[in-house]
Amino acid sequence: MTTFIIRRTLVTLPVLLGIVFLVFVLARVIPGDPCTEVLGEHATAAQCEVWAEEHGLNRPIPVQFLGYLAQIARGDFGDSVRLSRPVTTMLIERLPTTVELTLFAMFVAIVVGIPLGMLSAVRRNSATDVSTMMFANLGVSIPVFVLGLILAYVFAVGLKGTPLALPSSGRLSAGVEVIPLAVAWGLQDWTGVPRGILDFVSGLYVFSSLISGQWGAAGDAFRHLILPAVALATIPMAIIARITRSSLLEVLGLDYVRTARAKGVGERAVILRHAMRNALLPIVTIIGLQLGLLLSGAVLTETVFNLSGVGRTLYEAITARDYIVIQGFTLVIAVVYVLINLAVDISYGFLDPRIHQR
Amino acid sequence: MTTTTASTPEGMIAEGAAKARPARLWRDTLSSVLHQRSAVVGLIILGFLVFVAVFADVIATHDPNKSLLGVEDGLVRRSAPCVHLLGCPADQPQHIFGTDGNFRDLFSRVVHGARTSLTVGLAAVSFAIIVGATIGALAGYFGGSSDNILMRFMDVLLAFPSLLLAIAIVTALGPNLTNALLAIGIVSIPIYARIVRASVLDTKERDFVTASRALGESGRGVLTRRILPNSVTPLVVAATLGIGAAVLEIAALSFVGVTGDLTRPEWGSMIGLERNQLFNSPHVILAPAVAITLTVLAFTLIGDGLRDALDPRLNR
Repeated sequence: MTTFIIRRTLVTLPVLLGIVFLVFVLARVIPGDPCTEVLGEHATAAQCEVWAEEHGLNRPIPVQFLGYLAQIARGDFGDSVRLSRPVTTMLIERLPTTVELTLFAMFVAIVVGIPLGMLSAVRRNSATDVSTMMFANLGVSIPVFVLGLILAYVFAVGLKGTPLALPSSGRLSAGVEVIPLAVAWGLQDWTGVPRGILDFVSGLYVFSSLISGQWGAAGDAFRHLILPAVALATIPMAIIARITRSSLLEVLGLDYVRTARAKGVGERAVILRHAMRNALLPIVTIIGLQLGLLLSGAVLTETVFNLSGVGRTLYEAITARDYIVIQGFTLVIAVVYVLINLAVDISYGFLDPRIHQR
Repeated sequence: MTTTTASTPEGMIAEGAAKARPARLWRDTLSSVLHQRSAVVGLIILGFLVFVAVFADVIATHDPNKSLLGVEDGLVRRSAPCVHLLGCPADQPQHIFGTDGNFRDLFSRVVHGARTSLTVGLAAVSFAIIVGATIGALAGYFGGSSDNILMRFMDVLLAFPSLLLAIAIVTALGPNLTNALLAIGIVSIPIYARIVRASVLDTKERDFVTASRALGESGRGVLTRRILPNSVTPLVVAATLGIGAAVLEIAALSFVGVTGDLTRPEWGSMIGLERNQLFNSPHVILAPAVAITLTVLAFTLIGDGLRDALDPRLNR
């Protein structure tokens, strides 16, 4: 098992290096001069020269790349060209929005998707099955941004004034504030990496306000999270339901399930303890793959629901040619994605002992 | 498995060929697909959409790009749908889906949008398949370090959220519809490369391939005539679902506004332009939204049907 984990981890190293390189190149071929983007349309050639010198942009590309590698190894992603702020600070500010949204959406997708798929499989070809699968097929076909707009319309406008009304924009209501953990716990003198981690956790509003006992803010943050998360969850939910159904149906046809039934094991135990355990492998694969898809969906959800998370920041950076931000954010997203896939692969080893013995 | 006919190289080839006799495979597949209610629904929707796309000029009641301001009397911006046969007062101009924010006929725009979406979806997937299949075939056939390099490169492409990578590529190449098409194609190359590689790896050690090599067929002939035909089945399924995904992605790219000309009748840009109007005139959003959903649904249903029909593990 240990060798399997080590081998699988080593394989991801070249991929990570490839990602850094691709991100570096991509950020540089985006047309437009970052200098005029920052200093304005009327910047003279001489001004641009000085500016490029300051930012190390006139050195040869390979030198810039090596410099970049050394820089990110120190945890420094550079300063935003447009906003003159460290990208690391921006990441600490904005990554939690997306992490919170994505995790909550994934939670909704799993908690609703797996039971729906199981129900469909157990009552195969019944009205429940047909309607669940119709719902699933519709779910994968509706564009995320349309669903987001419709949810916002129904819950923020249609149900306005009723207890079911939900906010459709931002992360907190006006006047509500989540006190950062550093302040709440009196840890303002922390600096460096621990402070960064603390601030990152503070950015996960629902979580941080719960652990620091800010109940009002927690409720408000949670209410703001519901609509975007549900919009984002629909596609993975539908996909998970479909995979659960087909995977469980396949397992239910196997001999050992028949044996279990013949032994007199109750139907509930057959499904939950015998069949689901083996049906889980493809479901875990899909969940891992969906996390990447969720990040794509997050760009659209964040646009529709006015959240300044990673997706929206990146989109704005791309259109403004802020290549330092593009580099830093894309890199972090891609690395997170690769690590998730690594975790999925390793979890196979635990779920299915046949895999690492090969 | 060792029959008398398969003991000679010629016999093995005959066996391999018999397994994949194309005409019969497709006939069986078609009849099996037609036995699934959901796939038939998908085919009907797709048939309807293709019909609309081909005859868009005839079906559309107005010029999709022409503002009717000052042309028609009593015209209101974003007017609600008005069909005279259904009881809309005769003094109001007839617009089946109403009009949009620029006084254009929404029905005609949605109809012309079918053409854009289907063409772009098909073209993006074709591009991805041609490049992806080539990469996958080479990687699988030659194996070793070329396999490693090509597939690690595919892994790198897969490591980015597809929509963000597509936005970055479109921005790099210049924001227009052709580049958006290319970007969507590029981000889906790894999917097809992986499928073809897996099927090549599975096939290349089979007896009929060895036999054909023993008979002196060139490496290229073995690859293109003996091995690749076996990848067609999984490719067809992936491509069908892929067109649906491409339609969604092109709509998303247009929605965020990186496909250039926003006045083009394209479903995603129609929603993007009017996104703040959902509260006042929902029809300007819902008409293109339903069109996108129907298109993607059609490809999803057909793709699922094809998969079930072509999957030998399922008892038919």
